[in-house]
Amino acid sequence: MSSGLMSYVWEGLGNTLLLTVFGALLGLVFAFIAGLARSSERKWVRGIAMVYTEVFRGFPSLVLLFALIFIVPTFGYQLNPLFAGILALALNIGAYAAEVVRGAVKAVPPGQIEAAIALNFTPLQRLRKVILPQAVVAMIPPFTNNLIELLKATSLVSLVYISDLTFSAQLIRASTGETALVFFGLLVGYGVIALFFTAIMKLLERMAARALGRTVPSGFFGRKEVAA
Amino acid sequence: MDWDWEYAIDSLPLLAEGMLVTIELTVLGALFAYLLGLVFAMIRRVGVPVLSQFVYLFVEFIRSTPLLIQVFAFYYLLQPAIGVKLSPFLTGVIMLGVHYATYTSEVYRAGIEAIPKGQWEAARALSIPRSRVWTGIILPQAVPRVLPALGNYTISMFKETPLLLAIGVVDVLNSAKEAGAETFRVIEPYTLAGVFFLLVSYPASILVRKLERRVGTV
Repeated sequence: MSSGLMSYVWEGLGNTLLLTVFGALLGLVFAFIAGLARSSERKWVRGIAMVYTEVFRGFPSLVLLFALIFIVPTFGYQLNPLFAGILALALNIGAYAAEVVRGAVKAVPPGQIEAAIALNFTPLQRLRKVILPQAVVAMIPPFTNNLIELLKATSLVSLVYISDLTFSAQLIRASTGETALVFFGLLVGYGVIALFFTAIMKLLERMAARALGRTVPSGFFGRKEVAA
Repeated sequence: MDWDWEYAIDSLPLLAEGMLVTIELTVLGALFAYLLGLVFAMIRRVGVPVLSQFVYLFVEFIRSTPLLIQVFAFYYLLQPAIGVKLSPFLTGVIMLGVHYATYTSEVYRAGIEAIPKGQWEAARALSIPRSRVWTGIILPQAVPRVLPALGNYTISMFKETPLLLAIGVVDVLNSAKEAGAETFRVIEPYTLAGVFFLLVSYPASILVRKLERRVGTV
């Protein structure tokens, strides 16, 4: 492959990683806001969070991408395509991850929260010092699944002409006709990126658990969680 | 740009047709995934030498790569290589089925592992033939418990069908795209396509949650 074509690969790879990392970070923000709002005392806050999670879990991310890329410009704005991609993916994955946040917060033993109240912690302190440190450890394994789902979903942006890894690969396939090489390379490439992200999440999980004085079973893959 | 009701109503029949294709894809793909997933899970559980390891690698590989690229690879690479030409629709059904079979196999695995060991031992003590142990004892207990999880994956599958527009399947999103390309009005068809999805997936997720409450989760 010529160096000109290779530069497409690097650009595509960069955009795919950018979409995944920033999509995950923005999605994390949405997830925490919506997930914590679900356990709010105010009904309307819970309501808004519920509508967000239900609506965005009900939409295919591709429909969301089409909406942001093709509908928004008809109102006179033009989002940066890469940002539109990140936003669409983040809104979608954030709705799934919000359920993870809610579940993990609910799973903190009530005795912990009662103890924090008895010790006169403010609600914010309770959240920051008691609930979250324990909940975060429980969130990381399902977040790993969400992250891999997000990575896989980034390939959809090629259908709205954002130059991610899949898009670059299609360009290369069109100009060289190397169908086998391109698709095989793509599959292996995504597999390797997924392994890389899994390894990072595993490391994070160990760090979070160690901060609580727990240990996580060793082994690269550990015990697999079934996302249901 | 404003909302044009007349145009929205005009494009409804086209979108409804597309929706039918989306639902057909989901139902057929899901049936394939339920079946193939069970086969994968049983191969892994029984521990057929070589095949079992192969299935493990296959499942891990399929699960960590995007469906879109698998569809491309199957459509543009594998089919010409083995000399068959399947329609985009059939390609979609097969790839949805295979992709989600890797997920359902994990679900079945969890369901089978949740069966107490005593059941296996009792079956052996009574020297019930192996095939009968599966069909008469293990699966009738494991499958109902995994139904909610299977339901959830069916909903995700439903939401992944629009990516098949990349190989030319005319589903609801592709119908919307075509309607938009003809008239240069995109708000109505895309919004309606989104509404169509929500109209199916939200009631479906409520149903799954009801089922969950009834049979419990694995």
